[in-house]
Amino acid sequence: MLLQLHEYLQYSFVRYAVIVGVLIALCSSLLGVTLVLKRYSFIGDGLSHVAFGALAIASIMKVTSTTLVTMPLTIIAAILLLKGGQSAKLKGDAAIAMISVASLAIGYMLMNVFSTSANVSGDVCSTLFGSTSILTLRQSEVMICFVLSIVVIAVFIVFYNKIFGVTFDESFAKATGVRAGAYNLLIAVIIAVIIVLGMNLVGSLLISALIIFPALSAMRLMRTFKSVTITSAIISVVCALLGIVVSILYSTPTGSTIVCADMAVFLVCYVIDRVRTA
Amino acid sequence: MAFIKCIDLSVGYEGKAVAEGLNFEVNEGDYLCIVGENGAGKSTLMKTMLHLTKIIAGDIEYGDGLKPYEIGYLPQQTITQQDFPASVKEIVMSGNLSKLGLRPFYGKAERDEAKRNMKRMDIYDLRNKSFKNLSGGQKQRVLLARALCASTKLLVLDEPVSGLDPKVTADFYQLIKKLNAEGMTVIMVSHDIHEGLRDATHILHVTGKQLYFGEASKYTDSEAYKILTSVELTKGDK
Repeated sequence: MLLQLHEYLQYSFVRYAVIVGVLIALCSSLLGVTLVLKRYSFIGDGLSHVAFGALAIASIMKVTSTTLVTMPLTIIAAILLLKGGQSAKLKGDAAIAMISVASLAIGYMLMNVFSTSANVSGDVCSTLFGSTSILTLRQSEVMICFVLSIVVIAVFIVFYNKIFGVTFDESFAKATGVRAGAYNLLIAVIIAVIIVLGMNLVGSLLISALIIFPALSAMRLMRTFKSVTITSAIISVVCALLGIVVSILYSTPTGSTIVCADMAVFLVCYVIDRVRTA
Repeated sequence: MAFIKCIDLSVGYEGKAVAEGLNFEVNEGDYLCIVGENGAGKSTLMKTMLHLTKIIAGDIEYGDGLKPYEIGYLPQQTITQQDFPASVKEIVMSGNLSKLGLRPFYGKAERDEAKRNMKRMDIYDLRNKSFKNLSGGQKQRVLLARALCASTKLLVLDEPVSGLDPKVTADFYQLIKKLNAEGMTVIMVSHDIHEGLRDATHILHVTGKQLYFGEASKYTDSEAYKILTSVELTKGDK
């Protein structure tokens, strides 16, 4: 089995896929705590559906890299959802539900009507649940994912203290002159970028899991923001590596394998926490 | 020139005023207690002074060396914070956030300031403990240390003793009194009029409009005080 893995890793495209997978997993875990605690999880979920619709548009436009279309559309949706959630007129969650289902419907419609591919349901399935194998990612996608992951990680580190401030206590941050609105916007944009990146790895329906599970697991084990963030990154990377390797060896779908690994780790962490506090 | 001067101020939300015609000032070294019934606009007034809510009408002037955002704020605790993974040190440190400006990380000056305020609030030994596992009184001291990092001049406290037991409440008031004696200007929103009266130098009574503003010692003779206490008495009867 190890031999087989070694053989696979001889190919440069396999190595790139593994590196990109790990980077995406690392990115998506970083904002998990913020997302969970700011009650933004639903935005993540809503955005992933928007990204599905955007991807459908991108694929009928036949652009060389779908990310170039899905990224701006998802970022715009993120900004609109955040602003919508703050205004009291249209209830935030209702707006998100509306945008979610509308994007799903439009996306599926477009893919069916305009698709030139012989296997429409296969296309839809891989958009929803990720490529059946991460190895099918194209070279250009791999490069874009690589660059964007590095950008997300860098932005997170640079704004780490500010993200903590507005997550823990937005009113206090505002009262002391921190531009909380701008940082909320930054958080929303990073989430959008992460979702589009993660779609390549686990698909639009499963990306929320990639964001939230590692953070929830780490919160069971650790008690400070820094240690939770680091632990969540480690858990996410380990699960992604494990998931990718298993999916290559046993030809299981990459996305669901990674999410299953995340779930298993969460269960272990949950039990550890219960035993410890009991 | 006062630290904060409110001129014909109206406060409220979504364009609707909940309290109007507020005229008062807070000077360096004052201990102002804002009292009034629930929904009387005292919390909204406080949020307006902190720039969290827009002014409906009138004006607030900040002066005497106090910058508009140089305020140490002790908010009421939110539900989010009860489950938040953060150490005491991380939270106190975040009081320095506005000093960072464009810098991404805290420097020695901020770390020293956080350490000094943790020692001052007697929570330095708890610095690596998780916030959510602390007692109510300890949590308030952590948030107070954070507020002290944000300002050396003015503290604004929003119902700081709600949910604390009598012993801890007394200790907390003692702590505020001590800070005030050391030169810290204090504005406290409270529905606990009796405690407020004991330590405060000034009282502002708000119920839709300004019923009283002046020295605390003269407040008990005012009409406003009689209204407030009679309301409390009728509540007590039920």
